[in-house]
Amino acid sequence: MTTPYAIELKDITKRFGSKVIANDHVQLTLKKGEILSILGENGSGKTTLMNMLSGIYFPDEGQIFVNGKEVLIRSPRDSFDLGIGMIHQHFKLIDILTAAENIILGLDGPSRLNMKEVKAKINELTGKYGFDLNPDQKIYDMSVSQKQTVEIVKVLYRGADVLILDEPTAVLTPQETTRLFKVLKNMRDAGKSIIIITHKLNEVLEISDRVSVLRKGKYVGSVETRDATVESLTEMMVGEKVSLDIERTKPQGVEIRVEVRGINVRSHEGVHILRDVSFVARSGEILGIAGISGNGQKELLEAIAGLQEIESGEILYDAPDGTVSKLSEMKPEEIYKLNIHLAFVPEDRLGMGLVGSMDLIDNMMIRSYKDGWRPYVDRRPPRKLAEEVVEKLEVQTPSISTPVSRLSGGNVQKILVGREIATSPTVLMVAYPVRGLDINSSYAIYNLLNEQKQKGAAVICVGEDLDVLMELCDKILVLAGGRVSGIVNARKSTKEEVGLLMTGGKGDK
Amino acid sequence: MNKKHAAGGSVFHLTKRSSISRKKAWAIRFAAILLSLLVCAVFIFMITKQNPLQVYAGIIDGAVGTNRRLWVTIRETMTLLIIAVGLTPAFRMRFWNIGAEGQILMGGMMTAFMMINFGNTIPSGLLLVLILIVSVAAGMIWGLFPAVFKAYFNTNETLFTLMLNYVAIQIIDFCIVYWENPKGSNSVGIINAGTRAGWMPQVFGSDYGLNVIIVILVTILMSLYMRYSKQGYELAVVGESQNTARYAGISVPRVMIRTMMISGGICGLAGAIIVSGASHTISTATAGGRGFTAIIVAWMSKFNPIAMLAVSVFLVFMQQGSIQIASQFGLNENASDIITGILLFFLIGCEFFINYRIERKKESGEG
Amino acid sequence: MNVILTFIQQAIGQGIAILFGATGEILTEKSGNLNLGIPGIMYMGGIAGLMGAFFYENGNENPIPVVGLVVAMLCCVAASVLGGLIYTFLTVTLRANQNVVGLALTTFGTGFGNFFGGSISKIAGGVGQISVKVTASAFRARIPVLSGIPVLGQILFSYGFLTYLAIILALVSTYVIRRMRVGLHLIAVGESPATADAAGINVSRYKYTATLIGSAIAGLGGLYFVMEYLGGTWSNNGFGDRGWLAVALVILALWNPANAIWGSFIFGGLYIIYIYIPGLNRATQELVKMFPYVITIIVLIFTSRRNKPENQPPASLGLNYFREER
Repeated sequence: MTTPYAIELKDITKRFGSKVIANDHVQLTLKKGEILSILGENGSGKTTLMNMLSGIYFPDEGQIFVNGKEVLIRSPRDSFDLGIGMIHQHFKLIDILTAAENIILGLDGPSRLNMKEVKAKINELTGKYGFDLNPDQKIYDMSVSQKQTVEIVKVLYRGADVLILDEPTAVLTPQETTRLFKVLKNMRDAGKSIIIITHKLNEVLEISDRVSVLRKGKYVGSVETRDATVESLTEMMVGEKVSLDIERTKPQGVEIRVEVRGINVRSHEGVHILRDVSFVARSGEILGIAGISGNGQKELLEAIAGLQEIESGEILYDAPDGTVSKLSEMKPEEIYKLNIHLAFVPEDRLGMGLVGSMDLIDNMMIRSYKDGWRPYVDRRPPRKLAEEVVEKLEVQTPSISTPVSRLSGGNVQKILVGREIATSPTVLMVAYPVRGLDINSSYAIYNLLNEQKQKGAAVICVGEDLDVLMELCDKILVLAGGRVSGIVNARKSTKEEVGLLMTGGKGDK
Repeated sequence: MNKKHAAGGSVFHLTKRSSISRKKAWAIRFAAILLSLLVCAVFIFMITKQNPLQVYAGIIDGAVGTNRRLWVTIRETMTLLIIAVGLTPAFRMRFWNIGAEGQILMGGMMTAFMMINFGNTIPSGLLLVLILIVSVAAGMIWGLFPAVFKAYFNTNETLFTLMLNYVAIQIIDFCIVYWENPKGSNSVGIINAGTRAGWMPQVFGSDYGLNVIIVILVTILMSLYMRYSKQGYELAVVGESQNTARYAGISVPRVMIRTMMISGGICGLAGAIIVSGASHTISTATAGGRGFTAIIVAWMSKFNPIAMLAVSVFLVFMQQGSIQIASQFGLNENASDIITGILLFFLIGCEFFINYRIERKKESGEG
Repeated sequence: MNVILTFIQQAIGQGIAILFGATGEILTEKSGNLNLGIPGIMYMGGIAGLMGAFFYENGNENPIPVVGLVVAMLCCVAASVLGGLIYTFLTVTLRANQNVVGLALTTFGTGFGNFFGGSISKIAGGVGQISVKVTASAFRARIPVLSGIPVLGQILFSYGFLTYLAIILALVSTYVIRRMRVGLHLIAVGESPATADAAGINVSRYKYTATLIGSAIAGLGGLYFVMEYLGGTWSNNGFGDRGWLAVALVILALWNPANAIWGSFIFGGLYIIYIYIPGLNRATQELVKMFPYVITIIVLIFTSRRNKPENQPPASLGLNYFREER
C-alpha cells in the first residue's frame, strides 16, 4: 500500500447550461507535500475544476477522494472541513473589514469576538512564513499583493493542508512573485500540498514538482517537472506544436498621430493614478503598453478617448492632413468622429463597449446610431455591418439577433474589435485584446491589429502577456506606479529589461 | 465538525435556464394565476364563510356585471396602464422611480387648479388642452428633481422619489385648505359639478371614452418610442451600463433627466386623467397606491405593452370585484389590497420557475 | 418650560415607532435585503397584536392586562414574521426582485391592516370601533416612582415599556453587528455574498434570519403605535407614512441602529413641530408637516456626496445571490 493521495479526482464532469462542458471526465491526483501545477489555456476549465474542490460548484458527474476517502463537497464549508483552502484569482475579501476580520470570516468560535487572540495567532503565522501583514489594516487600504497575503494567511489560519492558488502571480511584480514562491516552498517543506493554476510556462518550471495539463475541458496528462520543457508543455497545452511567432512587419509611413504631454489623472478618491505621462503614438506602428494591471493603463486609454478627466497636461491629435486638434478639450463623440477608436476590454467584458442584453445589430450601432437627422434609428446599416463582421471574423453565433451576453468571450471580443475597425480608424486603442480567448482567436486578433498597422493606423495595445507584447509591438511603453518608467524598442529589448521597468526599476527614487 | 453525508441521498440543484419555450412560460404563469385565485378563494371563504364559487361569481358581477361597473373597470384599468406606461422608460433605464404617486398628485393638483380657477373664464375645449399641458408639466418637474440629483450627485433615487410623494401629499393638503367645498368639510368635493367645466367630454356615450383613447394613444406612442427612437435606444444603453453609454458618447445626465421628465410627465398626465376624467375632485388619496402597483405591473410585464394591459386588466378586475364583495358583506374596501397583494406574490414568484430549472441530482458514490 | 417638556415627550413618543422600523430595516439591509415591505409589515404587526388582544378581551370576563400584553406581542411577532417570510421566500429562495416584492408586500400589509382594522369587529359579530383598553393599559403602564420625578422623570421615565425595549433593541443590534461573530458574518453577507459563501457562511440562512428578526422588530413598531400611541384602537391609515420614514432613517443612521435612536427622536420632533410653532394657520401647518420629508431629502443629497467606505450602504444591497451565476 502506498500512502493515499492528498486529493484524487476521478471522471469529474461539469456542464453549464446544455451546451457548455467546462470539465469533461477529468482525472487528477495531488500527492502529499508536493507542488502541482495545473496548466491550461484560458477557458480550458482549470478554475472550474478547482471550484469544485472548494465547494463553489458541484460536479455533475464523478468522484472526489481526499486522503483516499470518497467525499462530497457541497459547500465551501465542506471544503474547509476537509482541509482544502483556495485562493481565488479575484480575491474574496470584504473591503470594509480589516485583515483580521476577513481572516476569521466564516469560522466557528465563541459568539463574542476576541480580536486580540485572533491577531496574536495571525502574527504567529505571518512570522513563521515571513509574511508582512498588519491585521488591523482595512482591505480597501491594501495593495494587491497585500490582499493576496491576507488570502493565503486566511487559508493557513484555518489549518488547511491543501492550498489551491488560482493564477497567483497575475497581479504581482516579479519581485513579489519571487517572494511568493519562496513562501510556497516553505509551506511545501512544512508538509502542505499545493496546487497552482497557471498558464505561465516559466513559472510552472520554476515552482512545481509535477504538472497536469488540461485542454478544452479535458485532461491531457501529467508529467514530472524535471522531465518537462517549455516546448513539451506547450505542445500538451495547445495540442499541436504551434509557432509562437507573430508576423511583425516593418513600420511604414511613420508619422506622429497622438501626442500625450505630461498628463496627470486622479481617481474620485483623490489617488494619483497617472503622473506626468508623456509619449507619442505613430501611424504604422504598434505601441505596446506594459505594466502590472492597475498601474494606470485603463485610465491612460480612457483619457485619450475623452472618457477620463485629466487634471493637467494635454493630448494632441495630428491628423493625416496636418491639422492638429486638442483631444484633452473634446468630448468622446467628437474624438470618435476624428477616427480615433477605442476597443476596450475591461475585466468585465461587457461592462464597456458592448451591451450584453442587446443583440448584435443593436451593438453594432452603439457608436453610429446618432447618424442622420431622423429621430428614429435606422437598423439597416448596423444589420449589414453585423452580417459582415460575423462572416469576416467567423463569429460563432446562432443569429445576429442573439444577445451578445449569450456568446463566448472570443466571439464577444471579435464583435467589439470588428465594429471598431470597420470604420478604418486612424488610431486604434485596445486593452487586453486577447484576455480570455483561446489561441486561435488570439491570433485572429493579432492579425487584425497588424492589418490595421499596415493600413497606417496608429495602434496602441495594452497587454498583460510580455511574451506577446515583445513579439507583436514595435515599441513598448512601460507604466509603473502611474509613471512612464521607460519606452523600449520591442525588437531589441529583452523581457527581463521590461520586467525590471515594470517594477519601477529606475527613477522613482 | 462532523460532516459525513449519507450516500445515495438526493440534493436539489438549481440551474439557470438558457431559454424556455413561450408555451411553457405561459403555462407556468397560468398555473400561478390559478393558484393565486385558489388562495384568494380560501381567504374570502375564511372571511365571509360563503361558497367560494359564488364569491367568484360575485366578483365577476362586481367587476363587469352592469354597464356602469364595466366602464369603471375599464377606467381603472386604463389609469393603471398609463401609470405603468409612464414608469416604463424610467425602469428601462434602471431608475427606480417609486415616486409615481407624487407625480400623479402634482398633475392632479394642477388639473384641479385649472378647473377651479378657470372653469368659468376659459372655453371648455381650450381649458382641457391647457389642463393636459400643465399637468404634464407638473409631473415633469416632480420627476426632474430626483433625476438631476441622481445624475450629478448619484443621490439614491428610490428614497428621493419616495419622499417626494409625501411632499406632494402635504402640498395637496395645503391646497385643500383653500379649495375646500363646502367650507369645513376638509375636502374639495366635486369640482364644477354644475357646469362640468374642465371635465373630459363624453365619447362612445361614456364619460370615460376619452380616457381610453388618450391612454391607448400614449401606450402606442411609448412603445414606438422605446423600440424605434434614438432616445429610446439611448436610455436602454444607459440602463444596461453607464460605462458603455459614456463610451458611446451618450451624456448620461442628459438622458437621465430627459427620461425622468418623460416618465414624470406621463404620470402627471395620469393625474389629469384621474381628476378631469374620472373623480372630478382631488384628495391625498387621488393616486391611491396605484403608483406603486403600476411599478409591479410594468416590471412583471417586462415593459411589453400588451402584457401590461393584460396584467392591468387582471388586477383591476379582481380589485373591483372584491370591493363589490366587501361592500356586500359590509366589510371595508381594503380587502382589494389584500387580494392584489396575494395575486402579485404569485405572479412575482412564478418568474422563478421560468428563469430557473430545479434538478434533482442523484449523488454518486454508494459504497 | 412645560411646552418644551411636552414637546420632547411627544417627539420621543412619535419617534419610537420609527425607531423599531429602522432597527428592523437595518438588520435586514445588513444582510443585503432592501425590504421596502417594512411599512406593510408594521401595519401587519400592529393589527395582529390588536386582534390578538381583542379576541382575548372578548373571550374573557375579566381580562388580565399582562396576559393581553403577552398575547398581543405574540400575535404581532407572528404576523410580522409571516410578512418577512413572504418577502424572504420570494427574494431569497425564488430570487424575485427585492423592490417589487417589497412594494407588493407593503400594498398587501397596509391592506391587511386597514381591512381587519375596519372589519374585525363586524366579522366577530359586533359593531363599532375595535378597542382593547385593558391590554393597552398594560402597554401604557409607566414606571412607578421614577416617572414621578419632576422633569427628569417626565423626560426619561414617563413611557410604556415598548419605548425602552425599542432603545434596548437598537443598542443590542449595534452590539451584535459590531462585536459578535454573527454580526461579522452578517456584514459579510450584505457586502459580498459570494465572499461570505466562499468563507463557508450560509448566505440564505443569514438572509432569512436577519430579515425575519428585522421584520419582527419592525412589527413591534406597529404594535407600539396601536397600543401605546393610540391606546388600543385602530384608525384607518392612521399609521401613515411612518414606515417609509423608518426606511429613510436607515440611510441617515448610516446603517447603525444606535444612530437611529436619536435620529428617530428628531424625526418624531419634526413630525409634530407644527403644533409648537406659534402663528401657523391651517394651511401653513400643512407646509410645516413637510419638514421630515424635505429634511430627509436634503440629508440624502449630502450623504450621497460622502465617500467614506464604512458609511456606504451594504455593497450588495438589493441584489439577490445565486451561487452558480456566470
